[in-house]
Amino acid sequence: MLSVTNLDVAVNGDMILNELNLQVQAGEVHAIMGPNGSGKSTLANVLAGHPGYEVTAGSVIYEGQDLLQMDPEERARQGVFLAFQYPVEIPGVSNVYMLKAAVNQIRKHRGENELDAVKFLKLVREKMKLVDMKEEFLHRSVNEGFSGGEKKRNEIFQMAMLEPKLAILDETDSGLDIDALKVVAQGVNELRDASRSIVMVTHYQRLLDYIVPDYVHVLAGGRVLKSGGKELALELEEHGYGWIEDQTAELLETRA
Amino acid sequence: MSSSVSTISDLIGREYKEGFVTEVETDTFPPGLDEDVIRALSTKKNEPEFMLDWRLSAFQRWQEMAEPSWAHVSYQPIDFQAISYYSAPRSVGDGPQSLDEVDPKILETYNKLGIPLQEQKFLAGVAVDAVFDSVSVATTFKSKLAEAGVIFCPFSEAVQEHPELVRRYLGAVVPAGDNFYAALNAAVFSDGSFVYIPKGVRCPMELSTYFRINALNTGQFERTLIVAEEDSYVSYLEGCTAPMRDENQLHAAVVELVAMKGAQIKYSTVQNWYPGDEDGRGGIYNFVTKRGACRGDDAKISWTQVETGSAITWKYPSVLLEGDRSVGEFYSVALTNNCQQADTGTKMVHIGKNTSSTIISKGISAGRGQNAYRGQVKILKDAENARNYSQCDSLLMGDRCGAHTFPYVEVKNPTATVEHEATTSKIGEDQLFYCRQRGLSEEDAVSMIVNGFCKEVFKELPMEFAVEAQALLGVSLEGAVG
Repeated sequence: MLSVTNLDVAVNGDMILNELNLQVQAGEVHAIMGPNGSGKSTLANVLAGHPGYEVTAGSVIYEGQDLLQMDPEERARQGVFLAFQYPVEIPGVSNVYMLKAAVNQIRKHRGENELDAVKFLKLVREKMKLVDMKEEFLHRSVNEGFSGGEKKRNEIFQMAMLEPKLAILDETDSGLDIDALKVVAQGVNELRDASRSIVMVTHYQRLLDYIVPDYVHVLAGGRVLKSGGKELALELEEHGYGWIEDQTAELLETRA
Repeated sequence: MSSSVSTISDLIGREYKEGFVTEVETDTFPPGLDEDVIRALSTKKNEPEFMLDWRLSAFQRWQEMAEPSWAHVSYQPIDFQAISYYSAPRSVGDGPQSLDEVDPKILETYNKLGIPLQEQKFLAGVAVDAVFDSVSVATTFKSKLAEAGVIFCPFSEAVQEHPELVRRYLGAVVPAGDNFYAALNAAVFSDGSFVYIPKGVRCPMELSTYFRINALNTGQFERTLIVAEEDSYVSYLEGCTAPMRDENQLHAAVVELVAMKGAQIKYSTVQNWYPGDEDGRGGIYNFVTKRGACRGDDAKISWTQVETGSAITWKYPSVLLEGDRSVGEFYSVALTNNCQQADTGTKMVHIGKNTSSTIISKGISAGRGQNAYRGQVKILKDAENARNYSQCDSLLMGDRCGAHTFPYVEVKNPTATVEHEATTSKIGEDQLFYCRQRGLSEEDAVSMIVNGFCKEVFKELPMEFAVEAQALLGVSLEGAVG
């Protein structure tokens, strides 16, 4: 599904990702963990095609295609979805209007007919249940005046509507209280599927209690320092990020 | 970020779709302006003496006036002697009696613009007056309106048919010597629309005027006068286009609205005069005076404007709130792209008690466009409990454009409530990225964001116009962000 090889990324000339490697197969859930500034969100944004990041080396192959050559909208239409850490407000544009435009763009790309209003609303009502959203949300401006939890729920709702093949969740747990976290996690779990891959970027182990990953990768200094199963997250929780960094430092010293 | 700047310039640079020229024979005065020209014009229009006197006194005033220079716009001085002050399609010299007599080429022009004049084809419910260069060429649905007692006709016809009404109201709100361009208009205006709604009548359809400047080196000076008697209602729409020309053309119009006790006038404009090319060559100078007076208690005047065209726009649709509890509204979207300049806003003058006014202004600047909001809220001494709410939002696209806000507030009564809010935002790269990440193309995303920004104004437009305005914004911004 996704193969990231020796990826170097710079922002305003500063190297953020440094020879990063990541392999994700269909149906797998990967958690990317790491301290602040380790490059987690950069990875999420680069995969989605944010224009503010410069890829200086390496490759990203998505379903056999060079992902880095695609515009953001092209990636979205091919099934790459990013749940934003800070969902953007768009005043005056209703949630449902934007979503309908998005759904129909993606359907058009797949060679399917655009949904008419009736079918679209039916789909909306069905998917809203996943994240326990109220109908009034649909008619409010995109993310405007939403609480942190509402914004994150809205992201997962959009994900449910757009049915991506590769979903990247950027700190979807940040700013959520435990009840909201459960709702969001349940929504994501319902969307787990043998043909859908999920890459979760998170700072805390907490999220992984509710969305149990197949693999955990620890990022520091722009590269994957350690990969493992879900138990890696627990070790990390116990010892803190310093533990990984110390281990790595030792490793480097021994090599030297 | 550099990538967004280059893409912004990519998106700018679309063609002006209404830029064609219609080849019709015209009866055009040679360039130049003096009393003889005014006399000739008045004679040509077979005007009664009071009209000629009014024009001549306006001309005298105009000669003593200086061009205003306070607006935030810059342009080469206009040579008023190089302009022709009258141009009419020859075939309508005496005014067409029916559509059959209108030059088919002119009808074709309006069809190209999407304004079919043939009544049977026309959208039910909108009566159209079409002004081609200096004269009105066709008014539709006249008979149906006459049944309701509504008068809707070219101004020149009103001068002939209803001289008493014209005499009573002409200059009643915008006096002949009001300002430089209004005085020039009073001296040389050649046509326009006249609307009279009798007491208690709700005008049975939307009234609409389409203005078209066609001839080269002419100015268009039209004058619109709308009088709504007690407890009447009218909604009036105005649309404007012009061919693409390398020279600047002057358009100095005057609109006067009179709303009596309990009357409501809703005046909507979609202005798409030729804006000039991307280097600022050519385009219309749109120097317009629009003012309404709420003459009686509980009267209401509402201006809605979508200004996307013209090289320079200078206009401040205003309301004099004379009657108690009268209401004034101003909803505006002004877009400047490439080298366009706009200095626009409103004036709300609270004179009566418990009067209220609302100002919603949305300025969008792209390319090297300069966009200024200039608004004045004046609460006079006797205006007890007057209220005003003003909101001015500016949206910037790219880093070469400018947005400016000049609010003036003058309060002479301590019971007044005046609120002013202003915001400036950029179409953020983050907003664009968010939309694109959901599968929308960059152009669709820009159009969606801009339309969302303008939503509070668009919802004030009559339905057909709201659709047109949205489409127009999309077209005017094609290429503005990428």
